Amino acid sequence: MITITQVCKSYGTTQVLRNCTAAVGLGEVVVVCGPSGSGKSTLIKCVNGLEPFDTGTITVDGISVGDRRTDLPSLRRQIGMVFQNFELYPHMTAQQNVSLAQIHVLGRSRKEADQRSEYLLARVGLADKLASRPGQLSGGQQQRVSIARALALDPKAMLFDEPTSALDPEMVSEVLDVMQALAQDGMTMMVVTHEMGFAQRVADRVLFMNEGKILEDTPKTDFFTAPTTDRARQFLTKVLRH
Amino acid sequence: MNDFDVTVIRQNWQFLAEGLALSALLVAVSVLGGVVLGALLALSRLSRLPLLPALVAGYVTVMRTLPLVLVLFWFYFLGPFLLGHPIGSLTAALIAFVLFEAAFYCEIIRAGIQSVRPGQAQAALATGMTHAQAMRLVVLPTALRAMVPLLLNQVIIVFQDTSLVYVVTLRDFMTAASIIASRDSRPIEMYSLVALVYLAICFTASRLVAALWKPAPR
Repeated sequence: MITITQVCKSYGTTQVLRNCTAAVGLGEVVVVCGPSGSGKSTLIKCVNGLEPFDTGTITVDGISVGDRRTDLPSLRRQIGMVFQNFELYPHMTAQQNVSLAQIHVLGRSRKEADQRSEYLLARVGLADKLASRPGQLSGGQQQRVSIARALALDPKAMLFDEPTSALDPEMVSEVLDVMQALAQDGMTMMVVTHEMGFAQRVADRVLFMNEGKILEDTPKTDFFTAPTTDRARQFLTKVLRH
Repeated sequence: MNDFDVTVIRQNWQFLAEGLALSALLVAVSVLGGVVLGALLALSRLSRLPLLPALVAGYVTVMRTLPLVLVLFWFYFLGPFLLGHPIGSLTAALIAFVLFEAAFYCEIIRAGIQSVRPGQAQAALATGMTHAQAMRLVVLPTALRAMVPLLLNQVIIVFQDTSLVYVVTLRDFMTAASIIASRDSRPIEMYSLVALVYLAICFTASRLVAALWKPAPR
């Protein structure tokens, strides 16, 4: 579904991605973890072309992201993305947030879009918040609206960029539960997260990144029981201690 | 001569009203033209095209450092010089005002757009919108709310600045009042009236917007 081949990217003289190669198969859930600044978020944003990269190739469902001739908007509508800071549109209600791209990108009628939004918001447990504005919702609720917004385009894959990092601890599980349900429905997912519990429960494979390099790409059981690199072992002892 | 005689206002109300109408025309044209041109300048300045942002930045800097009186004179004398025939004071003043105000509106609009987190546009793009759609549907509605107080402030400044058109022989409200003040030797009445009218208009305008404007939701 997603293949990343030898991708490199630098900001000036700082290399943020070094020869990254990985793949996410159809229906697979891949968790990307690693210390801050290791390039996880940059890598995931390269997948839908929000961040350009210098060399290498990324293809999504056979379409090359870096190719100048690729119609990026039409590629992006097939990949949902959820951001660390939710990025809901503050001037719209939850339902309007979910409907907007359905109307303007997919060309659905407002009525059709609103029905779909209502269904999706109910699915993430927010049936009673259709008319709420982002400012009236908790962080966990906002993030669930933003998941519904991404699902509204019927994506073939979903990208999550630290979806729970900006949340109060109490609200983390309500978001992870929605993501777990998605994974169980067979959604292809690439998830940047520090939630190792989620990785242990839901992931098929774990990528471990450090200083722009993918150091490990292993089935999750191997990653948690027998990491091959010292850096990953160090990371695990620190994050799993609490 | 020592009494405060308001009959001078009543006798000359039509003359004064014509002055006010000219002020209104100048404000309307400079604000509309200034906002439209300013928006285009702001978008050019934020674009990634080569050269264009630097050219616009240069234009804005020049306009913002020159006194408005100079710009008025400049178009008043330069227009005929370039075209070979007179362009009339009103046309010269309107052109000068629009071009001058556009520089200020450009900066207000640019700051408003930049006050919207870049993540907002990214989120819109991630749903498959084009850059133009993300700007129109997501960034601008939020940016506009942030801009409203500054845009209004600029309208009030334009209204006050219209009193400068006397330098190109136009007769706005302030100028009309001052003509009567010296002709009829009624400066106290006329300048009190001018102060009251400016105060009433500017105060009402800012109250009105404060009532209509809701702060941008965060």
